[in-house]
Amino acid sequence: MSKYLLDKFLYTVDRDPELVERYREDPAGTVDWWEREKANEILNCAVAEKSTWLAFTDDERRALRDHDHLALFGLGAHPFLTLTLFIAMFERDHGPLEYQKAYGRALQQQYALPYPDVAT
Amino acid sequence: MATVAAVIASTHHPFYYRASTATGADRPPFADTWVAKIEAFRETLTKARPDILVMVGSDHFHQLWLDNMPQFLVGKAPYFDANWYNEEREFGLPRMRLAGDEQLAGHILRNGLDAGFDLAFSNELRIDHSITCPIITLRPDADLPIVPIYTNIFAPPLPRPGRFVELGRTIRQLVESWPIDKRVAIIGTGHLSLELGGPRQFGEHGPDPEFDRKAVDWIASGDVDGCLSEVTLDSLHLPGNATHGFMDFMLMMGVAGAGAKADHVDSLDLFHTMEAYFTWYPNGVPA
Repeated sequence: MSKYLLDKFLYTVDRDPELVERYREDPAGTVDWWEREKANEILNCAVAEKSTWLAFTDDERRALRDHDHLALFGLGAHPFLTLTLFIAMFERDHGPLEYQKAYGRALQQQYALPYPDVAT
Repeated sequence: MATVAAVIASTHHPFYYRASTATGADRPPFADTWVAKIEAFRETLTKARPDILVMVGSDHFHQLWLDNMPQFLVGKAPYFDANWYNEEREFGLPRMRLAGDEQLAGHILRNGLDAGFDLAFSNELRIDHSITCPIITLRPDADLPIVPIYTNIFAPPLPRPGRFVELGRTIRQLVESWPIDKRVAIIGTGHLSLELGGPRQFGEHGPDPEFDRKAVDWIASGDVDGCLSEVTLDSLHLPGNATHGFMDFMLMMGVAGAGAKADHVDSLDLFHTMEAYFTWYPNGVPA
């Protein structure tokens, strides 16, 4: 499990307008590039001072490559990060609040309390 | 010595700005009622005639991140830029800049550390909607210096509810021990029951109206013990997966003091979440 890295992907993409569009248009390519080039960058350090050990599990990589927010919830990704980024990518294709409500209904089909743990 | 001119606790709803400024077909049907309640709430701060605002909120993964996460943090800087690209994108919030009061921030840090709270600090903090929403609702001219205090209600492990209450009590004491003749309002925002990114999000009401009713009663009556007897880190998962933001209300109950009945209480049942507004005047209701 690398919940921290899942959250780091969602966080770093959500705060960058270009990456939001890139992930919307090319999820698999963006995830592969990000894991290769960005996953080990420590956000408040010079780029050369990288970590050496961060990588997604196969399930995590698949969930991100498939834009599968239901799987991300199950994997314990922070739901605020997932929601914010997915609204940014997909609300535009729907009527007011339509996307958010459908997102909740889809989760209801798979999850009930207690929800997956989001602690990292 | 400084005077606590008002203690204010509120939800922070990032959609208020857009709803209150929308016109024509874009204006939601509940906007006029919402604006009227906010304007009455704003008057409770205005008539307290504050000089400085201590603002308690919580960063929503904007500047504070999991590689270096403080539990409680005080902003000490001459200015605070405010609101972020993704808040502009999702909520239409405007970019803002607020002045800071470094002297009061320094007093809170030094004496907070000595009082047993290992407060983190930031000398360059860009604040988010947990603090700008109450600026927009309560002081839209944004003309007063602030001291932002961030709490972690977001990234477990979290401090327990009792710790939030204790920090609130301590903040009250720290402000009252500041040897400067200023009127300080202490304002904090959190949530009632709330679900974000979970199965119960964006319903007709907040995810747990029964919790909301009890929460409003606890806050309005200053029932700190009753609240602490029922609210735990585990119990807060039940009303909604983002309900740990209620601990910022508990912090404000600590500021107001056990048994302190609020002088202004209001609420508004909206889709997705309930709004709630509270004001206390520790030194009497201003004329």
